[in-house]
Amino acid sequence: MTTVTKFPTRTSIPERMGDFTRHLRQNGFRVGMQETEMGLQSIEGINLSNPLEVRMALKAVCCADLHTFGRFDDLFNAFWLNQSLMRTDHQQTKVNKPDRSTIDNLSKFMMQHDTSNTGENETPNSDRDGEANSDGEGKLLSTRVFNKNQIDMREYLQSEDRAAAEQAAQRIAAAIRYKRSRRRKADRKGAMIDLRRVIRRSIGTGGEPLQLLRRRRPNRPSHLVAILDVSGSMTLYARVFLAFIRGLIDVDRRADAFLFHTSLMNVSDVLRDSNSLRAVNRLSMMAQGFGGGTRIGYCLHQFNTQHASRIIGRRSVVIIMSDGYDTGDSKIVGTELSRLRRRGCKIIWLNPLLGWKHYEPVAASMGAALPYLDKFSPCNTLESLAALEFELEQL
Amino acid sequence: MTWKNLKNRLGLAGYVSSDELSMAIHIALQLERPILLEGDAGVGKTQVAKTIAEIEDAELIRLQCYEGLDAAAAIYEWNYQRQLLSIRASTDSGVSPDEIENRIFSREFLLERPLLRAIQQERPPVLLIDEIDRADEEFEAFLLEILSDFQITIPELGTIIATSKPIVVLTANGTRDLSDALRRRCIYSHVPFPDRATELAILRMRAPELSTRLASQIVGFVQSIRKEDLEKKPGIAETLDWAAALAGLGLKDLTEDPVALQASLVALLKTEADQAAMPSEVVQRLAGVAG
Repeated sequence: MTTVTKFPTRTSIPERMGDFTRHLRQNGFRVGMQETEMGLQSIEGINLSNPLEVRMALKAVCCADLHTFGRFDDLFNAFWLNQSLMRTDHQQTKVNKPDRSTIDNLSKFMMQHDTSNTGENETPNSDRDGEANSDGEGKLLSTRVFNKNQIDMREYLQSEDRAAAEQAAQRIAAAIRYKRSRRRKADRKGAMIDLRRVIRRSIGTGGEPLQLLRRRRPNRPSHLVAILDVSGSMTLYARVFLAFIRGLIDVDRRADAFLFHTSLMNVSDVLRDSNSLRAVNRLSMMAQGFGGGTRIGYCLHQFNTQHASRIIGRRSVVIIMSDGYDTGDSKIVGTELSRLRRRGCKIIWLNPLLGWKHYEPVAASMGAALPYLDKFSPCNTLESLAALEFELEQL
Repeated sequence: MTWKNLKNRLGLAGYVSSDELSMAIHIALQLERPILLEGDAGVGKTQVAKTIAEIEDAELIRLQCYEGLDAAAAIYEWNYQRQLLSIRASTDSGVSPDEIENRIFSREFLLERPLLRAIQQERPPVLLIDEIDRADEEFEAFLLEILSDFQITIPELGTIIATSKPIVVLTANGTRDLSDALRRRCIYSHVPFPDRATELAILRMRAPELSTRLASQIVGFVQSIRKEDLEKKPGIAETLDWAAALAGLGLKDLTEDPVALQASLVALLKTEADQAAMPSEVVQRLAGVAG
């Protein structure tokens, strides 16, 4: 029995509970004093010698959403049960053999979901048409103009230029957001009569409602979902787009962002991460499978099955940024987009190649997608990104 | 009351609850906190509130949330028509405007909506705030005061403090993300689709007339159909509907009548695409291995 446990026995239960909430906080849970207190209260009426009961009780108190719900069990075991240092003769070992199939399925699902971006089951395919074109004839519409806003983003090779581009993209994204969320106050031409204010005003005139005040429902900001293609053919644009998406996310708590190449990955949380080192680490996962081709259809399918029901509503605007070069089955793209559309959202497809002279959307997937799009716009220059502001207003 | 006790009582009232859910409800009751239940449609979230009301022998006050729900519809509203009439009636009687104002902003002219009603009961009721994620974010802000302090502030009247703390159950199925402020005030539990054994227990309890074989076939079939790629996965409510439909058709075994089985799927699959995704051959194969 020489195993060193993390917690000396003399520590009191409240102290350990405080440590536990700190442990959860370090792992991204939003818990504090209040939860420590509630945790202590919650374990009063239960059998403390049974870790399973304690775990369920603390889980109810400390979890706030599906994400934390799925991770809690592991964190609990790691903290209270010293899992890796467990002594075999210890009574508590039985907790290591999980018998809660549903919860296990759930956490498996979460894990699978987290690592889905590593899927490299598709053979690497040298689909680099986008770049190949650029070396040849494809002339850029605006290279001769000296305004940086109008230079094709592939031209930003120097790092300070790129940084400037990122900043500009963020500014534009922020502008879109602020434009949308500007609220209207009570409106003269509103559809409804504001009885509450009418009656208040009428007291002054002896109960005679002389002035009819009206109100109307304010315009609500739409919910943005950005899906960015980071496959090989998009390499040159991806960085700027990522900055653009980050700008969107930064200013809009509800916006969601996804990256895809051969599979889809939710990066909303990553982009919101204030710790940039950690964010970069988490984003670097996206490089795995990079250059392994693009499976737009499959990724849209993943989006539809795993995320759409949760986040897509009638006020959603889905922005897909991709060049449409697909190594998967192009038919799926059409099917999945029509499925997505049926949820009532708007779909905007931004294609950097569209800004090139003589570009025709001949790629099979692009053709299959066209009937389902509300907008199909170029996005090869910062100016075209800025124009998005108006597109969003029109939708 | 221990949580196991609670689980048994929920069971006796006809609700088969998982250990985790029972524990969460137990803690919510013990700490007098609202409980937030999340999960797919049709997994029995709303039923939890109904069952708690039943075992606690309390009144169930239900607030169904929808887009555009505002404080006037959920908390209180002044009875404007009556106020207008009252003002007109008293103009000739020489009552001073101050008195009129005092009178028309008294409790007499206040229309109670579910939330105000819930905190003014003699006995603690069960307050079910259903599908909170359908309401707008602004509405969540109204809820915060009620959920943390159990009081409602009416500018003209002052603060009304709860006479008894209601047992609050909130449900959500992820139409949009809820604010952290709301989440932190609640005990949280995620209600997943039931596993095979639980679903079988629910079916046995709700439809005792089914034969053991058919019941286990039904559950097996539904469990495997949930693994298929469907737009709307069938919940427990659908399982029960479907079981009733099968019983109504007089089926003793899922494999006995393929045509009737296919026709009965209308109770289980609720979109055209899902029905198209389950052609007869697939259904037959699943029915063959179910149970």
